[in-house]
Amino acid sequence: MTFALETATSPEKLRRVAIDPVSRVEGHGKVTILLDDNHKVHQVRLHIVEFRGFEKFIQGRPYWEVPVMVQRLCGICPVSHHLAASKALDMMLGIKQLTPTAEKIRRLMHAGQILQSHALHFFHLSSPDLLFGFGSDMATRNIVGVVAAHPEVAKKGVLLRKYGQEVIRMTAGKRVHGTGSIPGGVNKSLSAEERALLLKDAYQMVAWSREAVGIIRGLFEQNLAQYNAFGRFRSAGMCLVGADGAMDLYHGGLRARDADGKTLFDHFDYSRYWDVIGEDVKPWSYMKFPFFKSLGTEDGSYRVGPLSRVTMCDHIPTPLADKAREDFLAFDGGSATGATLGYHWARMIEMLHAAETIKDLLHDDDITGGDLIATGTRQERGVGVIEAPRGTLIHHYRVDEHDQVIRANLIVSTTHNNQAMNTAVREVAMQYLDGVEITEGLLNHIEIAIRAFDPCLSCATHALGQMPLELAIVGADGTVIDEATRDHRGLIRDVS
Amino acid sequence: MKTSDNEVSAQANAREARVKADRPAEAKTSDNEVSAQANAREARVKADRPAEAKETPTFLLDGEEISFTPGQTIIQAATAHGVYIPHLCWHPEFKAHGSCKMCTVKVNGRFGSSCTMAAQAGMTVENRTTELDDKRRTLLQMYFVEGNHFCPSCEKSGNCSLQATAYELKMVSPHFDMFYPDRAVDASHPDILLDFNRCIMCSLCVTASREVDGKNVFSMGGRGLLGRRIHISSESGKLADTDFAATDRAASICPVGVILPKRKGFAIPIGERKYDKLPINRQVTEVTP
Repeated sequence: MTFALETATSPEKLRRVAIDPVSRVEGHGKVTILLDDNHKVHQVRLHIVEFRGFEKFIQGRPYWEVPVMVQRLCGICPVSHHLAASKALDMMLGIKQLTPTAEKIRRLMHAGQILQSHALHFFHLSSPDLLFGFGSDMATRNIVGVVAAHPEVAKKGVLLRKYGQEVIRMTAGKRVHGTGSIPGGVNKSLSAEERALLLKDAYQMVAWSREAVGIIRGLFEQNLAQYNAFGRFRSAGMCLVGADGAMDLYHGGLRARDADGKTLFDHFDYSRYWDVIGEDVKPWSYMKFPFFKSLGTEDGSYRVGPLSRVTMCDHIPTPLADKAREDFLAFDGGSATGATLGYHWARMIEMLHAAETIKDLLHDDDITGGDLIATGTRQERGVGVIEAPRGTLIHHYRVDEHDQVIRANLIVSTTHNNQAMNTAVREVAMQYLDGVEITEGLLNHIEIAIRAFDPCLSCATHALGQMPLELAIVGADGTVIDEATRDHRGLIRDVS
Repeated sequence: MKTSDNEVSAQANAREARVKADRPAEAKTSDNEVSAQANAREARVKADRPAEAKETPTFLLDGEEISFTPGQTIIQAATAHGVYIPHLCWHPEFKAHGSCKMCTVKVNGRFGSSCTMAAQAGMTVENRTTELDDKRRTLLQMYFVEGNHFCPSCEKSGNCSLQATAYELKMVSPHFDMFYPDRAVDASHPDILLDFNRCIMCSLCVTASREVDGKNVFSMGGRGLLGRRIHISSESGKLADTDFAATDRAASICPVGVILPKRKGFAIPIGERKYDKLPINRQVTEVTP
């Protein structure tokens, strides 16, 4: 099954514009656009061209090594892989309930992760586009420009992220790639000093997160028509929810709704995720295309992440974030809940929820407890699902009687969003690129659509807010007509 | 088939008995010889310098005067004084193996292994000079590229002598191309995991199993850089088919991440691991590992 603009009927007669790489590191990807002589768009694809191979080289390794090894998939949200793997191995060890200390330390670690990742994405990566305008001067469209023009906003973004990283360090042992979560529980709880240190700034983080929700709301109010229409498309969605239907980013059952909001499944036991989710393969991408089996490969594509979670949960179990959710749903008749840029708003609501969760957990004495590990009756396999910053993350392992992993399957958040990102990119290409000469500012529109999903392949831009790009326009006969590069400083150079 | 197995087993037992019978005599002779040579050297030293005969002999280690008991090696004397000489295959409980060359020092201007070279009165020994540490760093880099040492996901990280030595010698990159050798993981034993990807051929497990546990579970075999490896002394070559136990001395002797207790990995949080607390050069007098 193919989508409109996925495959052109006569590609040999078209010019090919390639954005390659979309970024330098994590999630190397590229965008290709096929145009005819009148600049009309015929085909748009977001390709994920790297091959990591974690599922293969984890085979044969001892299971207790897995949570530490697989988190190396990512340098931005490693805690998500660390926890999803740990949860899968809890199940493999037959553990139905962690000790209260272990469960709360893991939840605290995860909230730290959500806070730092969402802050990083919004302030460092996306705020330059949103504050300065999509096609604004590229010389200032970066975090340095934000620091110069909006120093208070930039400072709060940096400190929010730093605080989240400190929460991770104190629960996992390191800011990035720690070892705190182990199969069956955790290897440390908080000391009284660590708890006091984090508590000192906890309320400030809640206040700044509220302000961030206000910033993105203000941007929607100022640019309502543009924000609502940009890359908008109808889509099904999926997320975890708690037993009471509340947002729960650490644990729950799977909830899915189609594009009309009709429930496809709810509180579904994720240990049999393959009963409801299939994975399609396309010859032009290394990344699979998951779909709801009940709807098929085309209608069954869906989106995950903040927008799905905030719009599909029944409520958020922290008061300020829940109020922010209600405001978001009520805004302009709910128009922002279907907008691709609504992801940013939903993301800030989740950041507020994470800040409130951290504050609440820091007041819970269990986080300084000493009972860290639970035991159970060993099973052959385990599935762990968590709501990572970017969406639903599934880890699935089989372990043999010698404690070695014999099979691993990972469906990461960005993979769930593969079709959704392709659709958004096509929508933007049709809205802004169809029939016009391509400029840097227009190219940035493509990236803004990709960035809204905060995919892992945007990692490189987390530093400077500019994706390095190589652009080649190739004639129908295969000759290169024009080439341009944009380096990490955002400078465009004509190399033809 | 059963008969055949029994025959093989009987042969193995007989071999084992012979080895055991031979070993003490060999060791004794060897020790006596070494001791006799050392005594003779000591006697000559005393004869040369009669005025110092009654004083404790000393040598200079990086300018510091180190006293020693005759018969001690340079590294034994240095360790007794809390002075760190980088090493990997040497362990204070066992006779020196002298294979890793990390403990190489300069004695009166000439290179020598401080784990095998007897301390002698009046010698001048260079240890932590730029020249020697540069060579040690190069050796370390070779160790890292010869095996598959991936500290980021290794459960021995923070408790590993190889990693701690690399930090001590400020090794920041492997420098050489990685060999990526194809080495086995033996998970057959219920309590112990063997991951030979990280083996540095120090032979401490061979020695501990033979001399302390009396089992001969491990032996060194094969030839060449990639052919040489630790063998398991069972017909199947699997640890499960030996009488190895988690309580054996050999089970806790590995300085790197080869011999590991199962299901314990990462139980110690970052910050509380052995070398998180103090760098290796300040844990000289503690028995490692």
